[in-house]
Amino acid sequence: MPINYFLILSAFLFCAGAYGVLARRNSVLVLMSIELMLNAVNLNLVAFSTQVQNVSGQVFALFVITIAAAEVGIGLAIVLLIYRNLRSPDLDRVEQLKG
Amino acid sequence: MDSFKDWALTAAVFVPLVGMALVMIIPKAEETAIKVTALLTSLVTLAIGIGILADFDYDNTAKMQFQVDKEWIPLINARYHLGIDGISLPLLILTMVIVPLCIIYSWNHFPEPHNPKAFLALILLLEVGMIGTFVALDLVLFFIFFEVVLLPMFFMIGVWGGPNREYASIKFFLFTLFGSALMLVAFLGIYFLSKQQTFDISTLSALEGSGIARGTQVLLFAGLFLGFAIKVPMFPFHTWLPDAHTEAPTVGSVLLAAVLLKLGTYGFVRIALPILPQGAEVWAPWIGLLSVIGIIYGALCCLAQRDMKRLIAFSSVAHMGFVMLGIATLTDFGINAAVFGMVAHGLITGMLFFVAGSMQHRYHTREMSRLGGLLVSAPKMGWILGFCAMASLGLPGLAGFWGEFPAVLSAFEPSALANGIMGNTESTLWTFRTYMVIAAIGTVLAAGYLLWMYQRVGMGEPKPEFEDAHIHDVHVDEWIAWTPLLIGIVVFGLFPNLIFSITDGAASSITRAFSG
Amino acid sequence: MLDNVWIIPLIMAVSYLLILFFGRRLPKKGAEIGIVAIGASFILACITAVQWIDKVEGAVGKEGGGHSGLAALGHSVVAAATGAPEIEPVVNGFTWWQNNRVEFVVGSRVDGLVVMMLFVVTLISLLVHVYSTAYMHEDRRFTHYYAALSLFSASMLLLVISANLLQLLVGWELVGLCSFMLIGHWWEEKPNSDAALKAFLTTRTGDVGLMCGVIIVFFAANSFDISVINEYALSPEANHGLLQWASIALMFAIMGKSGQFFLHTWLPDAMAGPTPVSALIHAATMVVAGVYLGLRLYPVFWEGFSIHAGGMNMMAIIGGVTILIGAALAFVQNDIKKVLAYSTISQLGYMVMALGVGAWLGAAFHLFTHAFFKACLFLGAGSISHSATHHSFDMREMGGLRKPMPITFWTFLIGTVALAGIFPFAGFWSKDEILATADQGDFQVFMIVGLVGAAMTAAYMTRCVYLTFFGKYRGHHHPHESTPAITVPLVVLAVLSLVAGLIQSAPFEIKKFQEWFEQVGGLPEEMIVPKFDYGLAAISVSLATLAIGFAAFFFFRREERGALKGLTERNKLAHAGYRFLEKKYYLDDLYEGVIVSSVKGPIARASYWFNMHVIDGVVNGVGRGAARLGRWTYDVFDQDLVDGAVNDIGRETAMAGGGMTKLQSGRLQRYALLLLASVGIIGLAVYIVNIA
Repeated sequence: MPINYFLILSAFLFCAGAYGVLARRNSVLVLMSIELMLNAVNLNLVAFSTQVQNVSGQVFALFVITIAAAEVGIGLAIVLLIYRNLRSPDLDRVEQLKG
Repeated sequence: MDSFKDWALTAAVFVPLVGMALVMIIPKAEETAIKVTALLTSLVTLAIGIGILADFDYDNTAKMQFQVDKEWIPLINARYHLGIDGISLPLLILTMVIVPLCIIYSWNHFPEPHNPKAFLALILLLEVGMIGTFVALDLVLFFIFFEVVLLPMFFMIGVWGGPNREYASIKFFLFTLFGSALMLVAFLGIYFLSKQQTFDISTLSALEGSGIARGTQVLLFAGLFLGFAIKVPMFPFHTWLPDAHTEAPTVGSVLLAAVLLKLGTYGFVRIALPILPQGAEVWAPWIGLLSVIGIIYGALCCLAQRDMKRLIAFSSVAHMGFVMLGIATLTDFGINAAVFGMVAHGLITGMLFFVAGSMQHRYHTREMSRLGGLLVSAPKMGWILGFCAMASLGLPGLAGFWGEFPAVLSAFEPSALANGIMGNTESTLWTFRTYMVIAAIGTVLAAGYLLWMYQRVGMGEPKPEFEDAHIHDVHVDEWIAWTPLLIGIVVFGLFPNLIFSITDGAASSITRAFSG
Repeated sequence: MLDNVWIIPLIMAVSYLLILFFGRRLPKKGAEIGIVAIGASFILACITAVQWIDKVEGAVGKEGGGHSGLAALGHSVVAAATGAPEIEPVVNGFTWWQNNRVEFVVGSRVDGLVVMMLFVVTLISLLVHVYSTAYMHEDRRFTHYYAALSLFSASMLLLVISANLLQLLVGWELVGLCSFMLIGHWWEEKPNSDAALKAFLTTRTGDVGLMCGVIIVFFAANSFDISVINEYALSPEANHGLLQWASIALMFAIMGKSGQFFLHTWLPDAMAGPTPVSALIHAATMVVAGVYLGLRLYPVFWEGFSIHAGGMNMMAIIGGVTILIGAALAFVQNDIKKVLAYSTISQLGYMVMALGVGAWLGAAFHLFTHAFFKACLFLGAGSISHSATHHSFDMREMGGLRKPMPITFWTFLIGTVALAGIFPFAGFWSKDEILATADQGDFQVFMIVGLVGAAMTAAYMTRCVYLTFFGKYRGHHHPHESTPAITVPLVVLAVLSLVAGLIQSAPFEIKKFQEWFEQVGGLPEEMIVPKFDYGLAAISVSLATLAIGFAAFFFFRREERGALKGLTERNKLAHAGYRFLEKKYYLDDLYEGVIVSSVKGPIARASYWFNMHVIDGVVNGVGRGAARLGRWTYDVFDQDLVDGAVNDIGRETAMAGGGMTKLQSGRLQRYALLLLASVGIIGLAVYIVNIA
């Protein structure tokens, strides 16, 4: 199976994720889009790993999954806090951090 | 640590620091205690200075004396190395004398917002920096002391200054800091390129720049030049000076003129010339050019002033031009003249700022068109002002002359002719001779603006608005603060060898690199 | 005394300090200290002179043992090599400053010229001190006045005894300072302080030349020492080019200090000072410092200007021009002090011209005699203003003072005749010495200039004497003779004006001045010693006499006419007669309308106009221009460009910062977009770079 298929799929996933991150207002959806981007990367890693017959790519992918899990945990906690404070999951309303 | 020679310099540097700590401890309400502590501290420092004077070996002024050389930061081979020779000694003593006089002067009139505690603490901190710079023999140590000076001066101008103080203090700080940054880069360059990877000034001087390629020396010298020239200040880096002087409180102006400006010229003589001789040779004609431009330019600007303090500030630009011209010739005459000029300028311009400050205190204005008839209202102060103006314009028999004349003299025959940037000996020679004539014309302009100032301020009848104002003549504390300076101006003018005999040996050892 | 001559200026310096600090508390307000000190100095100067003369005579005439007792006092007198006419100057000193282990000494030097100057300076200073007790009586700042006089004497004496040029420079500037203090003595009035400033700044402009000249000479001869420099200038290895530059530079110094054309304009203004000061500083001593410099460093000028070659040189030309300009201006002044001031300029021109034509002896001798008669004239003018016109110097308010002030009149007349150069008064001998040297050297043009100058001098002084002492009194006060404190110095000076010339009078075989005072060590050997020329002397005296006669005729005629005029105003018939009479006077028309009035009117006025507008205008213009340039540099260049650049950098940084804050919106997604965009741009850049 040519590697291009995997790469095209992962590029699609990444773009979808990037679009979600940039365009969606709901913070939960943004988090999920981030997951999409991470999984696109994972796909790439695994694909290249089999291509070059080197296991370290898969090890990295496992790491990414682990970290993504942690990230989702923290991310959801932040979302929850945002919701509690602002009574809305809308990201546009979080703008106190400007100069 | 048993002999005086071992601990004298360390004590001289850190006694003011201890004094500052004591001042900080004393509660703010006990003003007298604070003043007495500060004065005593500076007097103890002066006493150490007198001890150094007595113990100094005047037959070997070229040799570093009172050396302390201890390990400090082994990682970068920076050492705690102090020492003085014939060039640092006069400046060191000048600093030690000026500080107590400033404290006495401000005894009864602290500028607004009063707060003697903070003011005196800053003066003592300033003294630490100034003394430290003159005795440091390690580039890192030098740099630290050089920067220590900045902070107290910044607060002095920024807190106790005139109406435009914020602008002036920030300008002063930024300008100097910019120079120091480049200077630090040059220091690091010297460290990495020198054979022994050391920051030690005496070692580096002994190497006379060997091991650093000529082109690199030229670049490194440019870095040092910017750092020191801003401090001097040389044209065209001088614009911070008039603002700082105009806004600073009297004592701040005095310290600024008397000692701070000398840190720059001292840096040239102690660091830039001996460590990077080839770089100095290339830059010398250009430094000379900027110096003579400064002499004429400063004088012309003086003629346009209405504010007395600003006029004196611009005259500093002109006078430091003479000092730098002496240094740029890279000759014994020039360097001797430069050191003498530094001391003389310290005494004379310091005195002028004292008088200007006292006048402002009495008239509440520095506008020369509103002043007049000082000789009528306060004859003694009028005489002192006239005396200082005469000293400042370089009247022979007073100290100012001995900084000016040998500097002009030295420009007739600069050393290191062949290595100048013009390439050939003849053109460098004639360039410097042209400088000589221009500098000599500068003395006429100096006479012009000072006498003009004196005519407007001192002579004539008092203006109607001050006719009824009761103008006090010189106070007791002013007498105490001024007399030593006035005596110094006369004594050094009559017996210039008091300073020349000290600086001469050290100056020859510096110019040895250029005579070949 | 020859060894310890430095004591003389020291006495005066101490006197200065004493007067300054204790003068006010003394009964005579400090005058007594000054007089005692200058008196002591005068006595010491006389002792020095006697010892020096003794030394010279001992060396020249071998039998001269008459004063051996005195010679023993000057214990260090080294017997000069027997038979050698050259007598070594006595020099000693101590270390003053050092450079590169070379030590520079400050010291004293005694030779013929110094002895002569010491005598002149201390004597005239003493007379002026005495005179001032009466003249400055009840002055606002009597004590300060005496302090300044003492300081002046100290500086002038220091200048005179200098063993090296640097020390001379010190004295030179210090006398300038004293001149400033004394011209501006009444500084409450602006014109006085203006005059003081003008004097100081103009001479200081000349001092640029002195500074440069001293430096050039130092590097040429490798020493500041006067003997070494002179020896070098006369030696074959002298660098002619350097000496030429040095001479030109030093010439500027002379022009500034000695009021030579075109730096002379300060001297008339300097008359704003008290009259005794004008006599001491601006006639007899300080202004001759320039000439003294010329005498002192004569070999430098000799070599630098190639004086031995004859023809023209800068020194002689400037001197000659000054003679004529000064004399012409003296005609149109109404202020008696200004007449004397322009006369001083003209006479200083004589001395400088004398130097330029190789008449060293003539210059020194004229300096010597001029000091006496010019001081006499100035003090006489002071006496008039003190006792007759209530501190006015306007000759239109004088007239007819011959009767009420006989002593002043006679002394003034003697001074005038001496100045005009009439035999056998002092001025005749010294002027003749100069003219004879110019004639017998190759400088005939300058001899003619000198003769014309002499005639003009005689004429304007006649005008001055006439307006002051003859005719009717035109003032509104009660003229009376001055007190002895004023008249005694006048008489002393008048006697000296009468006899001082006789010590160098060739027809009587007296050449004492040359014998005593020419011994300075190191003068050019080719210098001409003029023979006395009876023809030339006759011409100069008759020219002067003619000029006096002519001027007197003119002025007395005018008096007659003036009397008639008074009559004509009352009587119509007389008026018509006067007109008729006037028309009969064709001679008058010729003399008055053509010759005299063209010299007196347009020419003199034109030169005065030139003086006041062009030269003075340039001086003022340079000052004003410098101020304007200063203002411009400050406003446009310093404040706008240099400072502006600094401020601009600050402002730009702040604005850039302001722009950047907009980027930081606080919106997460905008950050993410930026991040992505940057990554894209960087990726693109890397891609392009890799392709290229």
